[in-house]
Amino acid sequence: MSLTDKDKATVKALWAKIQKSADAIGADALYRLFTVYPQSKIYFSHWSDLGPNSSSVKAHGKKVMGGVALAVSKIDDLTRGLLELSEQHAFQLRVDPANFKLLSHCILVVIATMYPQDLSPEVHVCLDKFLANLALALSERYR
Amino acid sequence: MVEWTDFERATIMDIFSKIDYDVVGPRALSRCLVVYPWTQRYFGNFGNLYNAAAIIANPLVAKHGTTILHGMDRAMKNMDNIKETYAELSVLHSEKLHVDPDNFKLLSDCLTIVVAAQWGKEFTGEVQAAFQKFLAVVVSSLGRQYH
Repeated sequence: MSLTDKDKATVKALWAKIQKSADAIGADALYRLFTVYPQSKIYFSHWSDLGPNSSSVKAHGKKVMGGVALAVSKIDDLTRGLLELSEQHAFQLRVDPANFKLLSHCILVVIATMYPQDLSPEVHVCLDKFLANLALALSERYR
Repeated sequence: MVEWTDFERATIMDIFSKIDYDVVGPRALSRCLVVYPWTQRYFGNFGNLYNAAAIIANPLVAKHGTTILHGMDRAMKNMDNIKETYAELSVLHSEKLHVDPDNFKLLSDCLTIVVAAQWGKEFTGEVQAAFQKFLAVVVSSLGRQYH
């Protein structure tokens, strides 16, 4: 399910609109991940506060969205563009890739709450494909 | 048996009391058919599903979306008994409709996003967790009678 030119254009246009809220989106998406899928918290057992106002959650949400921004800029070759991040997730973080899908869903939900008019079904499918391809690129170096 | 907290019960009732089944149902189903096009396989006799605009405007899709939401209403009114409430529906989806149960999760994800879009900030992480727990029980109950 690779990205068509239309998918890429749609994602870039949406990103241009929402990127000013990227930090807030990241923090909210992470908080929802922990709340809706509590098993994901195991990767952050070293944080004392996993609440919505936690500085750790906010900082990490910003970092995650930085990765999404990178992916948007490398949308024509995600595998190569995210190689370093993939190695980090594969060899150091060892996050089970199933979690990428869960976080992608939370990102979509946050965008829906913040930009309901912009997440039409047509845009949703493009963004869903993009996030799926991002997750695939992030899993590239796992085995 | 599924254990529901007071917050979860109240949240589910609140969501269903505030959404318009005739709007949310059609939006969720049409979104599912657009975002996950393979789900269109079950709607071969629904007429024009050629593109997103056609799907969203299709009256049979809209009608069926509403039917689905009314089905969930039954689950909401029988929260301590969803498995039994859905036994017949599960048999129907398995024996007659032959729907791959993985598709139920796809529809429930689309429904979550439709409700999130309507509620905005009020659709907090805690509300989302309660709603998705409810949908997970619905999905599980619908798949229960498959063999």
